[in-house]
This record gives sequence, structure tokens and C-alpha cells, in this order.
Amino acid sequence: MKKIVNDPEYVVRDMLEGLIAAHPDTLKQIPETTVVARKDAPIDNKVGIVSGGGSGHEPAHAGYIGDGMLDAAVCGEVFTSPTPDQVLEGIKAADGGAGVFLIIKNYTGDVMNFDMAAEMAEAEGIDVEKVVVNDDVAVEDSASTTGRRGIAGTIFVHKIAGAKAAAGGSLQEVKDIAEKVTGNVRSMGMALTPCTVPAAGEPSFSLNEDEMEIGIGIHGESGIEKKEVTSANEIAEELTNNVLEDIEFNHGDDVALIVNGMGATPEMELYILNKKVNEILVERGLNIYKTLVGNYMTALEMSGCSVTLLKLDEEMKSLLDAESSAPAYNI
Amino acid sequence: MELTANDIITWVNKTNEKIQNNKEYLTSLDQAVGDGDHGINMARGFKEVVAKLDDNSYENASDALKDTAMTLMSKVGGAAGPLYGTAFLKLSTSLKDKSAEYTHFLNGLEESLAGLKQRGKSQEGEKTLIDVWAPVIEKMKEQEDFDAALLKDTAESALEKTKDIKATKGRASYLGDRSIGHLDPGSVSSFYVFEALAETIEGGG
Repeated sequence: MKKIVNDPEYVVRDMLEGLIAAHPDTLKQIPETTVVARKDAPIDNKVGIVSGGGSGHEPAHAGYIGDGMLDAAVCGEVFTSPTPDQVLEGIKAADGGAGVFLIIKNYTGDVMNFDMAAEMAEAEGIDVEKVVVNDDVAVEDSASTTGRRGIAGTIFVHKIAGAKAAAGGSLQEVKDIAEKVTGNVRSMGMALTPCTVPAAGEPSFSLNEDEMEIGIGIHGESGIEKKEVTSANEIAEELTNNVLEDIEFNHGDDVALIVNGMGATPEMELYILNKKVNEILVERGLNIYKTLVGNYMTALEMSGCSVTLLKLDEEMKSLLDAESSAPAYNI
Repeated sequence: MELTANDIITWVNKTNEKIQNNKEYLTSLDQAVGDGDHGINMARGFKEVVAKLDDNSYENASDALKDTAMTLMSKVGGAAGPLYGTAFLKLSTSLKDKSAEYTHFLNGLEESLAGLKQRGKSQEGEKTLIDVWAPVIEKMKEQEDFDAALLKDTAESALEKTKDIKATKGRASYLGDRSIGHLDPGSVSSFYVFEALAETIEGGG
């Protein structure tokens, strides 16, 4: 393992200190915790928005803290859900009296830890609501599984729920719009190389030079299928078509798009992908209302990408357009 | 036989040894079916539990179990933290104001199993740690006192069976049929827990 770290045990602690040092005017760390919050949190009478999960997905989740997005992000160990006591501290940091809304990605550990924290917060008299993001079409949704994973589509939930709360939306209104987003957002990813969790010291799976992994999540886990590496156009087609098949997109629909890098993919390659994704969407008669290309939800140094599509209505469009001061969402 | 606070500490220490010794093995199992953090998380958590129990004195099994539970919950993270935390907390609650003699302890383990099912929204047969806990408790219900050898054997054969199950819960479920042939990492760590319990009974019996 060749990485710029000190002690693998302290990567999260060291990262947080560096993160706060980079944004001293806007961010603060809640003492003795792995919670990062807006410097001015909690905001009186605004619904607090809290997200989080394992570290290693930078700029998620702390990069989305700011006016119009998150009030606090709870950072777990690398690729490991934060614990309930930490999430509870995040909820308290964001609670300005109007309740707190949790954005959870559908991973077993995240759901359990955030659920426990929500129960603890409610016992302390804080109103908590939540949404579980499950945008990944690579894994089947059925009664017998835990359902789809939550991946890069989470960024749109942060943005739109955050904008609704900033506009004075109630806890229930924030929940309603967040559920509308999760109902209309779909993603799929792929990887060219695995990544190495510092504490593990070895890559999380192996891929030959001519292989790629289709249908990966964001935790360095293997995907649903290994395949021979193809061209950017073919990768774009496979991901985009799978996303399009999963939800009813009609001619003339407005959509928002994320072509997300997994951490080690150059922007050049993401733009090459975006060119083809764009062509496919235009051919389908879809109107691309907004495009994000870059590293939004990563898996350490994994190289690869994911494609996310959100079907928009007028309310989602206006909330997507609302201002955000979060450093990782500066469009 | 009755388990004392010291027996609980011995149990936790033995579990910790097994987890530290097999940290890389657990991680490699988890890399095959999950995201590879199970060994790391369990090792971090149990190291903290041992330190916590070391720093305190306990009058009864319930209190030692409670500190074990709370430490696991706040230090492990992932799915294993809430699950093991819940299991030990239910056992602790069930033994409150009671001696940890066989019937009480077994009732406590049944509460733990119910807690695991509820917290994980899971049942038997889904390739999770429940597939070790459930058969062990089922077998214990046929006995009237602790039987170390039987406990260990039951846990071990239950563990082996998880290899053939297709995962439908947890991170491994995303692999579908690709999960068959792999041991479930949570079931392996649960086997260590019961193996350590068997050794504790052997030592104190």
C-alpha cells in the first residue's frame, strides 16, 4: 500500500483536522466527535439537514455542508457507517428547533446506526425524519433483499432537500420532497481498478489489466459482473441504458445528470463519457436541464464512474437552481 | 452453573483474542462478499471493550454486559456495531437483577436473538450472523446446563452451513449467487463469540 497517510488508524481524525483547517470560516468540528457542521449551526427554526456515512467518499459528505445544503455531516471510519452516538451528536448540532432530517444511503450499517440515533434523538425530544436513498439500479430490489444501494444520486437529495429547508420548508415538506427525489433518481457505476482501505492495506478485489467491474457500489466492493474493458462509448451506453430502463422517462422530460468519478478517473475521461451520455439522452428526446461532471461521491482511489439521472418537475428544478454555498456543489 | 461478572470478562477477553488473531481472515472473508471492513471494525471494537472492562469493577454479569454492549455500539460502526451492541444489551437487560445461571442466561440469549432479528430486519436462512445465533440457542434449549463441547460444535456446524446459503440480507446480498461458497463474516465472528463462551465455561465449570 502506497498512500499519503500517517497511522492508518487515524486517517479520519487527521483528515478532519485538515478539512477544518481548509475551511475555517464556514466549518467547525463538534469537539470529541467526527461531526463536521456549519460554523453557524444550528440555525434557528430551520430544519437541520444531516447526512453522513463512511469516510473515503470525499467530497461526500462534509463537502456538501453549506447554506442551502447540509447543516452537519457525520464521518464514520473509512467505508464504515458512523456509530449511533456520533450520528446523535450530528443531529444535536443541526437541531435549530424545527426538527432534523436525516439523509441515509441504503447500506445495512448506515440504516441501522442512523435508525438507532434517530430513536435516541426522539427520546431527547428532537423531531427526526429521514429518507433512505436507493438509486443504484445495478442491484435488484425485491422483498427478499435489503434493496438497492444508495450512491451518487444522494447528491441530488442533499441539494434539493437542503434547498427546501433553506427556503423555510417544514420537516414534513422536506421529507416529502426528499422522497420525491429518491423516487425519481437512478444511478449505475463501474470500476477499472479497485481501491485500498488504509487499515486493510490491500485492494478490496482484484481485476486483470483487461477487465472492468460493472455495477459497483461506493465501498470498493466488487460489482455484479466482470467484463472485458470496452470503449468509453460502450461504457456510457451500458450505464445510461440501464438507468433509463429502470424508470419511465418520457419524450420531453427534464432531467438532471451526474457523471461521477470514483476518485481516480481524470476529468478528461469523465467528459468523454459525458459526450456519449449526452448523445444518448438527446436521442431519447430528454431535455438535460443540468449536468454535473466530476468527483462527487468517490471510493478512495478507485478508478471508474457512475451515471445518475434525476427526472425533474418544476419544484425540483427551482430547488436545484437555488443557491448553495457548499464547496463541493458550486454550480 | 452460573456466570459471574468475572466470567463475562473472561468471555470478552477470549473473544477479543480470537478476533485480534483473525482480524485479517475476517477482513478477507468480508472482501469476498462485502466491503472488507468486518475484521477491522470488530478488532477496533473489542479492543475498546477489553480496555473498558479492565478499567472498571463489576458486581454482576449484567453490568459487565451492559458496558460491553455500549462500547461495541459506539466503537464498531458498520452493521456489526448495532448488531453486536443490541445482542449484548438485550442479554444485559434480561439479566438485570438476576443471576446469570443457565435458564436466565439462555432467556437472555433468546432476547438477544429477537433483538438481532429486529435490528437487522432479518430472519434465519439469509446468510447473516443469525444463522449461527439461532441454531446455538435452539440446541441450548434442549439442555439443562452449559455444555461447552456441544456449544462449540453447534456453533461450528452452523457456521459451516452459512457457506452454502445465498445471501439475501446485508452487503453480501448484492452479489446474489456469487455469495454462495463463501463463509459469512458475521457468522464467523459470532462463532468466535460462542467458541469463547464455551472455553469460558470449560475454564470455570
